[in-house]
Amino acid sequence: MPEALKAPLVVEFPFTRSLGPVQSAFLTGLRERVVLGVRTTDGRTLVPPVEYDPVTADEIRDLVEIAPTGTVTTWAWNHAPRRGQPLSTPFAWVLVRLDGADTALLHALDAPGPDAVRTGMRVRIRWAAEPTGAITDIACFEPYDGEPEQPRGHSGEFADPLTGIVAHARLDYTYSPGRAQSAYIHALSERRIVGERCPSCRKVYVPPRGACPTCGVATAEQVQVGPRGTVTTFCIVNIKASHTANLDIDVPYVYAHIALDGADLALHARIGGIPYDQVRMGLRVEPVWTEGARFPDHYRPTGEPDADYETYKELL
Amino acid sequence: MSKEPVAVTGVGQTKHVAARRDVSIAGLVREAALRALEDAEATWADIDAVVIGKAPDFFEGVMMPELYLADALGAVGKPMLRVHTAGSVGGSTALVAANLVAARVHSTVLTLAFEKQSESNAMWGLSLPIPFQQPLLAGAGGFFAPHVRAYMRRSGAPDTIGALVAHKDRRNALKNPYAHLHEHDITLEKVLASPMLWDPIRYSETCPSSDGACAMVLTDRAGAARAPRPPAWLLGGAMRSEPTLFAGKDFVSPQAGKDCAADVYRQAGIADPRRDIHAVEMYVPFSWYEPMWLENLGFAAEGEGWKLTESGVTGLDGDLPVNMSGGVLSTNPIGASGMIRFAEAALQVRGQAGEHQVDGARRVLGHAYGGGSQFFSMWLVGAEPPDS
Repeated sequence: MPEALKAPLVVEFPFTRSLGPVQSAFLTGLRERVVLGVRTTDGRTLVPPVEYDPVTADEIRDLVEIAPTGTVTTWAWNHAPRRGQPLSTPFAWVLVRLDGADTALLHALDAPGPDAVRTGMRVRIRWAAEPTGAITDIACFEPYDGEPEQPRGHSGEFADPLTGIVAHARLDYTYSPGRAQSAYIHALSERRIVGERCPSCRKVYVPPRGACPTCGVATAEQVQVGPRGTVTTFCIVNIKASHTANLDIDVPYVYAHIALDGADLALHARIGGIPYDQVRMGLRVEPVWTEGARFPDHYRPTGEPDADYETYKELL
Repeated sequence: MSKEPVAVTGVGQTKHVAARRDVSIAGLVREAALRALEDAEATWADIDAVVIGKAPDFFEGVMMPELYLADALGAVGKPMLRVHTAGSVGGSTALVAANLVAARVHSTVLTLAFEKQSESNAMWGLSLPIPFQQPLLAGAGGFFAPHVRAYMRRSGAPDTIGALVAHKDRRNALKNPYAHLHEHDITLEKVLASPMLWDPIRYSETCPSSDGACAMVLTDRAGAARAPRPPAWLLGGAMRSEPTLFAGKDFVSPQAGKDCAADVYRQAGIADPRRDIHAVEMYVPFSWYEPMWLENLGFAAEGEGWKLTESGVTGLDGDLPVNMSGGVLSTNPIGASGMIRFAEAALQVRGQAGEHQVDGARRVLGHAYGGGSQFFSMWLVGAEPPDS
């Protein structure tokens, strides 16, 4: 049995964020090197600010400027910074209660080593050289032994407030399709299409999943199907998808459900070798392989008479 | 001990639009929640628990958004649950909330569902490039269009039915101030002339992409007695699921949908849905799903659903109005779309639907589905409490 395949899967997207009034003021403030907190109904000051009072659920909009100096309330040493973290050299994750605030802000502290960090130590903001209106405008915190700095009483109103940001997100996975699909892909490299039969309901699944979704039992018996099959239903795709997967396929093209001979459900593939407007339900097709590709490039008509609707109506 | 009757005493939604750039996600959900509280004349203190739903996290890229929304929804110090069943989630969320009241776990529950589609791209979120899989993807429309063709083949429906549905729903939306699309100059000819995107589905036969939220206040008999306006009473509610793909799956009329409807009708004592239910707000993201769901839900025999559409039965002034609000075809903040269906059913039996109110709507079905036609959630609400 071939080993299960593995490959990296990177999921990333530039999400946009509408900020709303409070986050707008907070991030615009950072751009102007002003730290803003918000006053709650009971008079506490929250930094970073939130839109709604955590105790009363009231809408809170009373913004107050806070000093750029503060005290570490707790910390953890980061031995091995990863991509996208505030510093590329080892640093401390810290919660900092800025002078004048009642809550602490999570950020990074630039320190030579864990021995130089302690709860209660005094720190101040090191501003980024080129602020953009993001939490990274605070480059990090640094140790500070001076007097608390005094806020200048900023109103929280800005002439050119930021209303949205782009938040790039990225997740790195190692993806494995598992035993059954790995075997299926291995057989494809020999231009064979191999599914698996459920020992209980006897249905043949292509591609196989290693288990029958109806009976909930493992499948192991391999069954070669096709290569010919029947178009059971389809659509004609007239627009290019905005994502990148299909950019090399010209529209219009036919996206079809194909029941391979011997399979008990249809797989999805593109139809070629025939004008798109002549594709029909019942059309008999076969795979067209191209050198070096894992999957058939598309399916084309075999020239056989169309299949009778009764023979495939359960396989739409 | 029998179940506690469940009443809907408050309904709130945002004006659905393509992009609400003026509010954060918290600000968006807050708006719907406050409107539901206002409708019920309730305050945060009256709420015992919050049940929230939205579509997959990839749609906005905020992992577990319910955590950050707790203070916007007055949920601090209270139970807060998140429900997740793809496109049907708005319906499932309302049912989880209703079950908490029915089981007498809580007296009054705020339930809410939302989506801010403008912050991401749902097409991307549904089309991640999975290794070793053939990157032949056609988006949600490409996924559902072959099933529409299968329905047309099976039923013999004329190919104009989809356009009739789209025209009707967009006209209905003109009467709903919260609907996203207000196409004042829409005509049947314009629908028919719109481009074929995924043949047989035309552009005007597809749903928009919306930002919006919907909230409801659900309560027990005591809560209903305090409500300032007539409540909607839950007469039956059910959820069913099945795999996306399996040998024998009927995409045109999924078994899980039939079973879900049958369960609701059994609970509510509905013998003949076509006779006993006065209007339906169903999840129709592509117009052809109206006749398909009419059959799946038992309002028409197999292959006959399109005749109700064609003959005008499903029009706002018809014998069985469908999608009085304008439906998903006019408004689609995905995670909220199921709840908007449920909320519209409640508004109708409360007589609070405004310009798109159906006279005599005493029992109305709300319906949602999601995933690859694999999750179903439905509720039937009535103007009178159960067993009375």
